[in-house]
Amino acid sequence: MDFQEKLVQGLISKYGTDRENLLPILQGVVDQERFLSEDVILKISKAMAIPAAHVYGTASFYSFLDTEPRGKYVIRICKTITCSMKGKNQILLAIENFLKVKVGETTIDKKFTILQTNCLGWCHKAPAMLVNDEVYTELTPENVVDILREYKEEK
Amino acid sequence: MTTTKKQLHRIDLIFKNDEDCKEILRKALSKPNQEIINEMVNSGLKGRGGAGFPTGLKWKLTAESKEKDKYVICNADEGEPGTFKDREILSRVPHKVLSGMAVCAKITGARKGFIYLRGEYKFLVPELKKEIRKFHDILDDLGLDFRVEIFLGSGAYICGEESALFESMEGKRGEPRNKPPFPTECGYLNKPTVINNVETLAHSYTILKFGAQKFRDLGVKDSRGSKVFSVSGDTPIPGIYELELGMTVQDFVDDFGDGDTKAVQVGGASGFLVPRKRFAKTTIGYQGKLTGISLPTGGSMMIFNSSRSMYNVLNNYLDFFEEESCGQCTPCRVGCQQLLKGIRAVKRGEKPTSYLDKLMKLTETMKLTAKCGLGQSVANSFSSIVENFREEMIY
Repeated sequence: MDFQEKLVQGLISKYGTDRENLLPILQGVVDQERFLSEDVILKISKAMAIPAAHVYGTASFYSFLDTEPRGKYVIRICKTITCSMKGKNQILLAIENFLKVKVGETTIDKKFTILQTNCLGWCHKAPAMLVNDEVYTELTPENVVDILREYKEEK
Repeated sequence: MTTTKKQLHRIDLIFKNDEDCKEILRKALSKPNQEIINEMVNSGLKGRGGAGFPTGLKWKLTAESKEKDKYVICNADEGEPGTFKDREILSRVPHKVLSGMAVCAKITGARKGFIYLRGEYKFLVPELKKEIRKFHDILDDLGLDFRVEIFLGSGAYICGEESALFESMEGKRGEPRNKPPFPTECGYLNKPTVINNVETLAHSYTILKFGAQKFRDLGVKDSRGSKVFSVSGDTPIPGIYELELGMTVQDFVDDFGDGDTKAVQVGGASGFLVPRKRFAKTTIGYQGKLTGISLPTGGSMMIFNSSRSMYNVLNNYLDFFEEESCGQCTPCRVGCQQLLKGIRAVKRGEKPTSYLDKLMKLTETMKLTAKCGLGQSVANSFSSIVENFREEMIY
């Protein structure tokens, strides 16, 4: 049994095969693999007896359930109004310059993906971003590079 | 403009720490169901997520249902731009929210509850789980058969719409259902469900503790009680504030503005933009007062000063709606795309300015024909911005 198989089996024995558990199971895979591959979707479909099209339909609806490969750290920068007003574009530029990839892309070492997202709910401390589940607020072009440098240098 | 600072009265009910949660709950649970329902109805509490449905009535309708399985759901899918109060409430006074759920469970007969927490707030889960475990122990002591679980969202604004939230919990795409039937008879897994916003549940705790009258004493006719506001944008003091309902936008701006306020967005992207000339005539609450208009809100107050382009603001909102539309119904899916394309074309001079009127008509059509609140409410910000700042859309 490969890693993926074990992961899916583990999640299914934790949550069960009822349709209500599909979202937690998909989330569990994304936690480990950062995205949902076609293979994984087929495995889940088979194990839960839900048509693959339905599994994919659910997965592709949610912006946090990525269906294409992502880096180990997914950076999501809030682009909604207050963060935009408080300098989101400069933050994005600083990140792009530091990681040498554009928004929507993944670094060659597969460590980072840069994405934009809708309101994160930190408007009073804008601009804000998520790195996986971790929140960072009151960003500046300087402190955002410091934050990412720590992730980059981590082994 | 005058610079005298007038401060609105700060209320301290929601966040006030309360050590005697167990006693309050014991007392509340010992009351007959009808008494609790009466208290909730008399308080005048209306849903604090933004829609403003009377909470007592919701509880009553679900309690009256003969179905065996029922659910209580706390809607913590706080996604409206400019709103962040529910996260604060859940992290600072989770026991009040849980107590509100438990009392609701007692009167409706629900044995299972969920907190649908938006994926963006996943970092809250460990702390919240600890609180839930502690709370379950209290419930065991008090002899109430009720359990609460966290269900995590995955980044979809529309799932804050109650029927889309049920779909999401059922492992499906978060596409809103037709209404009726309403959740009180047909909610999660097609069972009667009470679904309340985080703040609404916390207020219900306050009402059960102090009685309906204390709550009614705050606010104005039809808009009773206090409300937690999320204040952001061009303000020297952004943050969370609990204020009485019924204030005018002028009072609000005098307190929170930076002296150069041009407009205030009340209720987030799906709410209304209030321009300076209407500050004094607009109140924050649920129903129309005798003069002027009154705007309901989930508590999002975004302040814009004169350095902000209202075109950029509208462009940002439409980009948001276009992405967050679930795509199920055509008026919303295509409407949001066309509105965004349309204002960009007018700005670039590719369409005549009269095209803005066509777009206004499109939002009216969306209001009438879209399946849920998302598509229906795009007209709110669109028309209030285009009507009041037409020249900024063009030049």
